[in-house]
Amino acid sequence: MLKDVTLGQYFPGETAVHKMDPRTKLVLVIVYIVALFLAKGAAGYALVAGCLLAVVWISKIHLKVILKGLKPLMLIIILTAVLNLFYGQGEPLVQFWIFKITKQGIENAVFMVLRITLLVAGTFMLTYTTSPIALTDGLESLLSPLKKIGAPVHELAMMMCIALRFIPTLIEETDKIMSAQKARGADFESGNILARAKALIPILVPLFISAFRRADELATAMECRCYHGGEGRTKLHALHYAGRDYTAYCLGALMLAGVIVLRRFGL
Amino acid sequence: MENAIEIRHLAYSYPDDTATEHVVFQDLSLDIEQGSFVAVLGHNGCGKSTLAKHLNAILLPEGGTVTVYGLDTKQEENLLAIRQQVGMVFQNPDNQIVSNVVEEDVAFAPENLGVPSEEIRRRVDEALEAVGMAAYKKHAPHLLSGGQKQRVAIAGVLAMRPKTIVLDEPTAMLDPQGRQEVVSIVEKLSREQNITAILITHHMDEAICADRVIAMDDGKIIADGAPKDVFTKIDLLQSVGLTAPQTTLLLKALDDDGCALPLDALSVDDCAQALFRQISQAKA
Repeated sequence: MLKDVTLGQYFPGETAVHKMDPRTKLVLVIVYIVALFLAKGAAGYALVAGCLLAVVWISKIHLKVILKGLKPLMLIIILTAVLNLFYGQGEPLVQFWIFKITKQGIENAVFMVLRITLLVAGTFMLTYTTSPIALTDGLESLLSPLKKIGAPVHELAMMMCIALRFIPTLIEETDKIMSAQKARGADFESGNILARAKALIPILVPLFISAFRRADELATAMECRCYHGGEGRTKLHALHYAGRDYTAYCLGALMLAGVIVLRRFGL
Repeated sequence: MENAIEIRHLAYSYPDDTATEHVVFQDLSLDIEQGSFVAVLGHNGCGKSTLAKHLNAILLPEGGTVTVYGLDTKQEENLLAIRQQVGMVFQNPDNQIVSNVVEEDVAFAPENLGVPSEEIRRRVDEALEAVGMAAYKKHAPHLLSGGQKQRVAIAGVLAMRPKTIVLDEPTAMLDPQGRQEVVSIVEKLSREQNITAILITHHMDEAICADRVIAMDDGKIIADGAPKDVFTKIDLLQSVGLTAPQTTLLLKALDDDGCALPLDALSVDDCAQALFRQISQAKA
């Protein structure tokens, strides 16, 4: 069950999307999100979705993987769709009791669902194609101006990187603990919400203890490998822009411009 | 030959919950030669891990000195130089891997040392080659087997170009095959690259291929010498809860029954040879 969590996971690859500078990808994800929120009509959404599909295609990530990642958000997506469906203004198409469905309502619902799906899928593409260390390097580099005002940029980046690294390890561990508790008769599936929440305590306590022990060991191991903060650190993959990054920036700018133009015409 | 590590009159105790302290070492002295392959054996709680942690200044001596390549571990300005010379591999490979990609994890140490990018690339490839994991450099570590993860951890230390590697029970969490992989790599590094290897273990069979075996009990060295000298002291080993390798035990049992057999045939091959000779003689 827990094995299905794909959030924050990285799928190694050698495609142009994988090789792109992480800074480019970070900036483009922001551009993509802005474009998504500026899109007004079907044409705008089609343009943004088209761009995403192109990136997915180039990166050779299976659509199935992305859809699987969207699964946990199903509830939110359905809720948004239903709420928007009934909140439209204008001439009702269907009406029963106090509910009415209007043309605008349907439109809103479809666009809202599209927006959430595209938003999440787009950010997934960032983490699917960028190794956590590259992502961290990118963030660190983009945020480095903040170091001047004393923000611990390197430390935050390092913490994020380690957190991402340990997600699969801790998931595996949770699975193990749950199996061990189940083998001794623990029941996680029945009872009301309160009972089920209580049943989680025997999982969380050992998980936390083990996480602290891991953190302690990891800190020692890092010190043994001469970690002493961000000062004077070099990188295996030093960040530098290549041709593909400039191309990507241009395409990103074109997409944003396209969406804005389409918006002007209400499309 | 020059000494890699010199320990003089080391004293150390862990602070306990109660007012009494748990004394680990009272007066321990030990020299380790550069390029040698040393196995440290001992029961749980005999102080072998505590000893390991003194070798690269994770723990500092309360009395006496630990000198690593002429550097005193107590001096704080020596810290990075000491840790670069003496690499450390721990028991649980999961808790020493920092990155989601094998090669980026191996690069972690040289990155910390401020090595230029091209040089890091070279060291990472070399280190992965040395542990036979070059084919996995783009893999995610959590998908590797225990033995493979531990080899990645060794590569991560090798990338610092250390002169000594300390392995603190690196095989305790591995299956027999993983254990074999790790031990043979440690032996290879020591033989081919003149790296001092200090292998801390409680598996006797892993200590057979070492140049020198140190058996510890209760913070003291009770036996120190070539494997065949240490392992033939079966009674001494048993008195501190250690058992000799299975080969020695077999030869000893036969020896007691009146077959004249050399007890120092430690490896399975040597042991088989010795038995074969004995049987051929008996036939003739």
